[in-house]
Amino acid sequence: MPAIDLAKAPQPASTNPAQIRNFCIIAHIDHGKSTLADRMLGITEVVEQRNMRAQYLDRMDIERERGITIKSQAVRLPWRSGIDGQEYILNMIDTPGHVDFTYEVSRSLAACEGAILLVDCAQGIEAQTLANLYLAMENNLTIIPVLNKIDLPAAQPDKFAAELAKLIGCEPEDCLRVSGKTGDGVVELLDQICAQIPAPVGDPDAPARALIFDSVYDTYRGVVTYVRVVDGHLSTKDQIQMFSTGVRHEMLEVGVISPEPVVSKGLGVGEVGYVITGVKDVRQSRVGDTITTYHNPAKSALSGYKDPIPMVFSGLFPLDGADYPILREALDKLQLNDAALVYEPETSAALGFGFRCGFLGLLHMEIVRERLEREAGLSLISTAPNVVYRTVADDGKEMTVTNPSEFPDGKIAAVFEPIVRATVLAPSEFIGSIMELCQERRGTLLGMDYLSEDRVEIRYTLPLAEIVFDFFDQLKSRTRGYASLDYEPIGEAEGDLVKVDILLQGEGVDAFSAIVHKDKAYAYGVMMTTKLRELIPRQQFEVPIQAAIGSRIIARESIRAIRKDVLAKCYGGDISRKRKLLEKQKEGKKRMKMVGRVEVPQEAFIAALTTDADATKDKAKK
Amino acid sequence: MNEPLSFYVHIPYCVKRCGYCDFNTYTPSELREGGDLKSVSNGYIDLLIKEIGMAHAVAQTNSPIPTIFFGGGTPTLMEPTDLGLVLMELSNTYGFANDIEITIEANPDTVTKDKLAKLRDVGMNRISFGMQSAAPNVLKVLDRTHDPENVIKATTWAREVGFDEVSVDLIYGAPTESISDWEATVDAALELPITHISAYALIVESGTKLANQVRRGEVVMPDEDQTADKYLIADSKFNSAGFSWYELSNWAKPGSQAKHNIAYWENANWWGLGPGAHSHIDGVRFWNVKHPSTYAERINNGVAPVQDSETLTLEDKENERIMLEIRLRDGIALTSLTPDQIAKVESYLETGHLDLDFWGVGRMALTQSGRLIADRIVQEIISA
Repeated sequence: MPAIDLAKAPQPASTNPAQIRNFCIIAHIDHGKSTLADRMLGITEVVEQRNMRAQYLDRMDIERERGITIKSQAVRLPWRSGIDGQEYILNMIDTPGHVDFTYEVSRSLAACEGAILLVDCAQGIEAQTLANLYLAMENNLTIIPVLNKIDLPAAQPDKFAAELAKLIGCEPEDCLRVSGKTGDGVVELLDQICAQIPAPVGDPDAPARALIFDSVYDTYRGVVTYVRVVDGHLSTKDQIQMFSTGVRHEMLEVGVISPEPVVSKGLGVGEVGYVITGVKDVRQSRVGDTITTYHNPAKSALSGYKDPIPMVFSGLFPLDGADYPILREALDKLQLNDAALVYEPETSAALGFGFRCGFLGLLHMEIVRERLEREAGLSLISTAPNVVYRTVADDGKEMTVTNPSEFPDGKIAAVFEPIVRATVLAPSEFIGSIMELCQERRGTLLGMDYLSEDRVEIRYTLPLAEIVFDFFDQLKSRTRGYASLDYEPIGEAEGDLVKVDILLQGEGVDAFSAIVHKDKAYAYGVMMTTKLRELIPRQQFEVPIQAAIGSRIIARESIRAIRKDVLAKCYGGDISRKRKLLEKQKEGKKRMKMVGRVEVPQEAFIAALTTDADATKDKAKK
Repeated sequence: MNEPLSFYVHIPYCVKRCGYCDFNTYTPSELREGGDLKSVSNGYIDLLIKEIGMAHAVAQTNSPIPTIFFGGGTPTLMEPTDLGLVLMELSNTYGFANDIEITIEANPDTVTKDKLAKLRDVGMNRISFGMQSAAPNVLKVLDRTHDPENVIKATTWAREVGFDEVSVDLIYGAPTESISDWEATVDAALELPITHISAYALIVESGTKLANQVRRGEVVMPDEDQTADKYLIADSKFNSAGFSWYELSNWAKPGSQAKHNIAYWENANWWGLGPGAHSHIDGVRFWNVKHPSTYAERINNGVAPVQDSETLTLEDKENERIMLEIRLRDGIALTSLTPDQIAKVESYLETGHLDLDFWGVGRMALTQSGRLIADRIVQEIISA
């Protein structure tokens, strides 16, 4: 049996680095990474058959339901190679699969010497996978190309083997073929990991340096920090120090995950495991930071540390104003586990008290919102997401705008917006529609390459704001779901941008203000005023709805005053029924938000802030 | 109890059900396969008489009865002499006030001059005809088949046999009704020898044939603003002809207001006799079982036919008072409202929905445009 009894396997803190293989799996959502990982856990026997469950490593409900991994984890797998008969310790480092978490992916990659490039051989490589592959190649990782799902009837392993070979510069026959579902080829894959991926190299006698590649808050243990030791040794006797903050911590526990936590004496060169220091907040133990020991500190940190920078902002407001303290608590709690989440209190005239939150991207935003709603039982309204703008006034005064309602009203010399480099992979038949979409969204074509005869990679620079709007939904619908998208920030550019305000009876509704390109301001104004006219019920008086840039009105609609709101008949037998109807309507009235003297139902806010694409998604969910 | 007690007498039978109607009424064949009216209604009068006895056991008063109203259903399907027995029992049990008002609803198609005379003879002194519309297209949508000529005949006969108070019911805002259809209807009604008019905007009640037709898109309800216009048209035509509004859907010649209906709006005590009938006595509302055979079974077993009841809380009573009083011409005394409630509606003075003159003398009363949004104003007051 190639699996090794855990007790007899090389132990943490005393494993020869030559026996260690650190690797990660690069794959797109639904290309079968979790199933392959499950299979590896089974074949190496670190999880007994009877304890096995699907997507074993995905701990949060939300991960399992959405089939995506938000936080990475590392699992120690002992394995005896069928090729040379030697014992190895394989550390499988799980990586988040989404563009929003590119920085976390890059740190996971930095903890490895090799990567499995896992591609569904019924679908081919996706843009995000390609981006992560390039990232791995930049980090000089050994790439093992693997085609998954060979059991599927629609599998085209030859076609996609050729595609992968071309991308990484190998021969098509070098691509392994596996099925995570049936287990076919997984033993060979484990053997190839041992054979192809280099052993970690480090100086065991140097001062300790360990890279933090993940940091997770646990209710009972506090923050659990996942590390890869590069040099030296970490042990429970040490006091450790974080390079970025200089803060010293007691080491309460060191261990490895296999795949449940196993306490060890320490971690040596090349080893991957966890440390617990009693810290209560992941921001004190940040991904990318270097851990050293207090008594024998290293001179320099490992390279590559960055603070997470929020790219997308949105206001989150409780539907019921009384839930504001619950929202604050829930955000505080979530932040313990999410160093990238930032927020500050925000007051909206229309939506009441809430928080302006910064996210890494749209998925991050969706996940945070979903976790707040699910874990704290909240119902939330979120404003349309926006990016961060830098404005320069005529007098040279600069301002960073994360909320459209704070966009300066006076004379502005220039506005700068974030720009991304976007990569779209799609069947070549969609080139026309994709280019059309990118042009509409103010894109500049950078280049285009054929990955295979009928698949292309198209590169554009685009304002991030355009992507944040509904680019991805549009891309999917215009390519029948075949296109995939990846993007990375590349800086900022000056844009011809204006703030469009929406006024109800002359009163601005802050939640509806948006910063848009000058050429699209009119369309936005018309869209919002029309939508609101349909959504807001008629009132006691006529209500003008206007869209304005500064004091210039660019679109106008009006809601006529209500003329009839009475039940004509009311006799003896009707009285009870009618009173109850009025009482029920009274409850509905409580849920109205007042904008000046105008009553706006909450549903109107939600509907007005929802894009058509969101609405379709919601329908699909039901 | 010294409060006077009014009576509503329900006759739960119709020859045919109209498409818009959700009242508690039954056709003979719904009650018994192949049954005719005589066989299904046989004995019904005896049940009513027994219920009068039950009422008297629980609700006694020193005052004589001020008003009685026979509604339905189609009360004129019953023999006048049978209805007379009910009146006789009420008179013997409670006594009649000198100026008692006794109303019967009538279908203009099913009355003859002879029948009207008999109804008058047994004591009825006010009659209300279901005219609904003068436009054939509207009558068709409403499932009413009468010939508009019949209304002229019926109202004339009623006056001739001695009914001094004659009313017609009109319905506006039905599918297919144009503004000119409605004007013609109002004009036709004003040609009649009548003293009172009720005009209701059509309400599509769920579960009716009309509601299903609307849901399936077979008929289209007119725009609400057009229906509002029709109210204004009617109100001004009625006014010019000497009929003043006293409740937002009711207009009368001086002294011809329906006292029975005013009792409802002033939250007086009344007892409803018959299946499904509602009663209100001193802040308690109760209602009878709906089906005529269940009703019969209860009465025959000497058990009260009440299905359920509710005791109104102070807040319920206050909400009902506001909801009902605002419908009346004099509206609500400002002294009976809280400062918050008053503040909530002051803006309706500015928008012309509340009458400034009335406000000046301490009353919150609706203007013409205000009557059309009465429910919204009530909503403001009760949620203050």
